[in-house]
Amino acid sequence: MQSLRPLLWIGPAIALIAVVVLWPVVVLVHASFQNIASDGFVVGGAGFTNYNDLWHEPALRGVVVRTVIWVVAVVVVTLLVSLALAQLFNQRLPFRRLARTALIAPWAASVMMTALIFRWALDPYSGAVNIILHALGLVKMGSNTADWLGRPTWALIWMIGVAIFVSLPFTTYALLAGLQSIPDDVYEAARVDGSGTWRTYRLITLPLLRPAILVATTINVINVFNSFPIIWEMTRGGPGYETSTTTTFMFILKQAFIGESAAMSVVNFLLVILVVLLFLRATRWREQVTR
Amino acid sequence: MSAVATRVGAVTDVDTPLPSRRLRPIRRRTFVLSVLAYGIALLFLLPYLEMIVTALRPHDQLLAANLLPTHFSFSNFTTIWSTGFGGNLLESLAIAGGATGVVLLVALPAAYYSARHRFRGRSLFLLLVLATQMLQPAAMLVGIQREFSNFGLPATLSLILVNAGFNLAFAVWILNAYISSIPVELEEAAMIDGTSRVGALARVTVPLAAPGIVTALIFTFIAAWNEFIVALTLSLGLPTNHQPLTVAINNYIGEYSVDWGHLFAGAVIATIPVIVLFAVIEGRVVGGLTAGSIK
Repeated sequence: MQSLRPLLWIGPAIALIAVVVLWPVVVLVHASFQNIASDGFVVGGAGFTNYNDLWHEPALRGVVVRTVIWVVAVVVVTLLVSLALAQLFNQRLPFRRLARTALIAPWAASVMMTALIFRWALDPYSGAVNIILHALGLVKMGSNTADWLGRPTWALIWMIGVAIFVSLPFTTYALLAGLQSIPDDVYEAARVDGSGTWRTYRLITLPLLRPAILVATTINVINVFNSFPIIWEMTRGGPGYETSTTTTFMFILKQAFIGESAAMSVVNFLLVILVVLLFLRATRWREQVTR
Repeated sequence: MSAVATRVGAVTDVDTPLPSRRLRPIRRRTFVLSVLAYGIALLFLLPYLEMIVTALRPHDQLLAANLLPTHFSFSNFTTIWSTGFGGNLLESLAIAGGATGVVLLVALPAAYYSARHRFRGRSLFLLLVLATQMLQPAAMLVGIQREFSNFGLPATLSLILVNAGFNLAFAVWILNAYISSIPVELEEAAMIDGTSRVGALARVTVPLAAPGIVTALIFTFIAAWNEFIVALTLSLGLPTNHQPLTVAINNYIGEYSVDWGHLFAGAVIATIPVIVLFAVIEGRVVGGLTAGSIK
């Protein structure tokens, strides 16, 4: 009886996780091996047909390459910009808290709404971004050059920009928390040793920030890989699948080919787990080498 | 650009009547950094100012190629209610409120017990919670859709459960950290005075952990309020005026034209309260998101 006591307290949490998070994984894997009509009706087992169809999907190669570019570009640029922002917002400034609070807007707002604002601002005929670029002589209103989201490469670049924009607040705050956990006397010692600003940053700040960088990057990789609203609201993944990542590709497939969409999901799911494990392992491995 | 220029002017005006030579170099550095920091802060707000400006554009100036309209009009905010937006607002309130309630009921006992007791399976439980933070509904959407359509639950209830489940980790971790930091002696003292364990929890622990509880509640509410991909999938069968906010706003995008005026009026109504709420918990959120991973 005594050993069942914890269940009284943590049981509801386990039940909720089991029903909402774990069971859908089972259903998902099961669905990926079934032949399912577009209305959701199960026709029968499908073996590996869904995976085979997915593998022979002509768009798959481009989608996978784009997903890698999307994740790497967003996560790396976010980290670099956030390192600079964290340094700036860690300085003694008048009303620092007020300035920091302004940063949270893209974090608090729904990402789909931020994406819609950018879609609107990139409108070729009346978008604010194009009005400014037109005034600077860089684009002509209403021309093909102003139609950023109609051209796949530029659309992807702008969407990467929006993804960075919404990832910056969390990353900057995580790094700020890391900076604040570094004791002042460490810097004091560096100053006594006559270490310059950049040298101090490289040899003291960055290594001590590593846990914060590690956690923020892992969370960003997962968030950016699973990101749906930015691409969905700005281009719907099109034209064709030319601005789709594996997440939006899965969503588009789901509307007609549920089994194949489930197969794509299973691949996505395994990739997330693989990336997280690899990332954690790589960094631990580095820790052991450097210490 | 002009905002930065006026700020430069304003600050130098203040600077001139205070000619303190010794403080000069320090102040110049602070000044440059402040201009930079406030400029960047403004940059982060600009898209949301554009959202407000667009919502306030008069109908005939919606597609005008100017940064600001000649005058503002509130008509989008008065006519949006006839598109069924009130029902959408209520639906999101029900989902976000319901999810927040479920998270509180489920996370608080779990966080309390795992902070106060060492039991078999404790680390396994905390690992399970951490793992859910790494998983997102987008990665298992097909599974969620099929499971909940098999259950035959109403969409609102399904969305409450899904949002509660995927935001449980944050609440458990932040509450666990807060409760661990409260000395157990305080509870024991209350129990010696004749209070039951649940009484001590309610009268001692909960008030002391209040900042953590408020943070967990606001965070869950906002996450559920903003959630899009599951809402879009599970509320397909609902009448449009009973779909959650994010789906309703997406519905203003028609096949051939977009109702930008109502779209951004809705976005303003949905976004501003959430930014204000988030500002309340701003300083404590990072701790909840990263606590599990650092320990």
